[in-house]
Amino acid sequence: MEHRIILAGFGGQGVMLTGQLMTYAGMMEGKEVAWIPSYGPEMRGGTANCSITIADKPIASPIVYEPTVAIVLNQPSLEKFAPKVVPGGLLMINSSLVNGQSDRTDIRQIGLKANDLANEIGDSKVANMVILGSLIGLTGIISMESILESLRKVLPPHRHKLIPMNQQALEKGMEQVLSLS
Amino acid sequence: MSEKVLMKGNEAIAEAAILAGCRCFFGYPITPQNELIEYMARHLPEAGGTFLQCESEIGAINMVFGASSAGVRAMTSSSSPGISLKQEGISYIAGAELPAVIVNIVRCGPGLGGILPSQSDYFQSTRGGGHGDYRMFVLAPNSVQELADLTLLAFEKADEYRTPVMILGDGILGQMMEPVVLPEKATITVDKPWATTGRGKRGKNNLVSSLFLNPEELEQHNFKLQRKYDLMKEKETRWESYLTEDAEVIVVAYGSAARLSMAAVNMAREQGIKAGLIRPITLFPFPDQPIRAQAEKGTAFLAVELSTGQMVEDVRLAVEGRSPVHFYGRCGGVVPDPKEILEKIVAIRALQEARSESTEGGAA
Repeated sequence: MEHRIILAGFGGQGVMLTGQLMTYAGMMEGKEVAWIPSYGPEMRGGTANCSITIADKPIASPIVYEPTVAIVLNQPSLEKFAPKVVPGGLLMINSSLVNGQSDRTDIRQIGLKANDLANEIGDSKVANMVILGSLIGLTGIISMESILESLRKVLPPHRHKLIPMNQQALEKGMEQVLSLS
Repeated sequence: MSEKVLMKGNEAIAEAAILAGCRCFFGYPITPQNELIEYMARHLPEAGGTFLQCESEIGAINMVFGASSAGVRAMTSSSSPGISLKQEGISYIAGAELPAVIVNIVRCGPGLGGILPSQSDYFQSTRGGGHGDYRMFVLAPNSVQELADLTLLAFEKADEYRTPVMILGDGILGQMMEPVVLPEKATITVDKPWATTGRGKRGKNNLVSSLFLNPEELEQHNFKLQRKYDLMKEKETRWESYLTEDAEVIVVAYGSAARLSMAAVNMAREQGIKAGLIRPITLFPFPDQPIRAQAEKGTAFLAVELSTGQMVEDVRLAVEGRSPVHFYGRCGGVVPDPKEILEKIVAIRALQEARSESTEGGAA
């Protein structure tokens, strides 16, 4: 199985870090992983995305053209990536910032008010973790335990005080999708 | 040290260089290799080394010349336009027979070009971008693990052959993150009796120079360099063959283009097309031998590059007209979808089949 994930949003929404966490978690689970950012002449507030591949076999190309999962945190990302998802793939939408859905009928679409849910916890900055929690709940591509472990590894020690809030956000996202099904 | 860590390609080169015993780094910022410089700035001093952000790329390469003359393992890194600026220094390093490691995380050109990935510096790297009759040992890694491993090898071979070694990556390899098991710290065994470390008990001063005003002497010097390059061809050629045993179409690609090509070869195999991949790991010396061996069997070749066609010339030289050599390239920072490469493989296979049918028809 090869999961090819695109995570896209505005600069500052934690797109790169969330992708790195997933990659780290996959590596700790003994899977083949690769992460690559879209890099280019970017600006503050511009769009940012990264590609994550988590697979059982060695990964040939680290660049994702046809994602099995696309997570879109803002409107431009929905328009850009919804058409690229493979038939039968998953499109996760941050409905706090994105209006509507894609008109595709051959993919699974999940809308989640990630920023609103993050605000309930007390900080809209953890919206990325809410979405990541939902992805874990929906797919099990990686486990909650390994994400928490990678948070401890990826965050520098002086940021570890933020782990409880991130964990809360991950769990909130997970509960939300489990209640959907 | 055997724990797997997730690292960016640029960072893996820097860490591996420190483990290789690099103690002098001279650089000047340029995208897409800045993480390498940042990592060196933070961690090289911790290892007791010297990090210096220079006034220019030209300053950096000449500082490498100086540090290397004194026997220190030294490195510089940059991206295409910056590497162009270093060419004079690289030629001097080759002429003075100094070990040095130069990293080029290639971006698009010509000129200021763009910051996206490219493989358009193949000619510059393998044909001697500077003046004079010299060659550079050029390594082309295709994963973060290989970036680390080949950095270690680069320092080793630079010392062994007293020659500049280039690690040729691109924006994809520099920016991507993959798990890497960092190599063990190198034990440096090579002796450098030629280094300018003070006269000490030597009878006369060591001199590091690339100036030879006597033509006979300079000719001998050039012949000596040439023998060194011949020895590299004999002993240091490296490549990876993937599914080539029964292949009817072989893709030749290096670095990130080899990753894309491997995906295309896998797709072709799923369709029942016998495709394979030869991936040069050293670009100079170029792996002629495995390519020629396949050409003798009549295999068709497809060179894939992120350029308008540079390495393809070395493929043609290796094949020497024995079998067809096709080319597919994208440039300007456009990275092809492996499906585009697949289409090309399918077309070449169809051409092969049509040819063999017409030959059979002719014989009957």
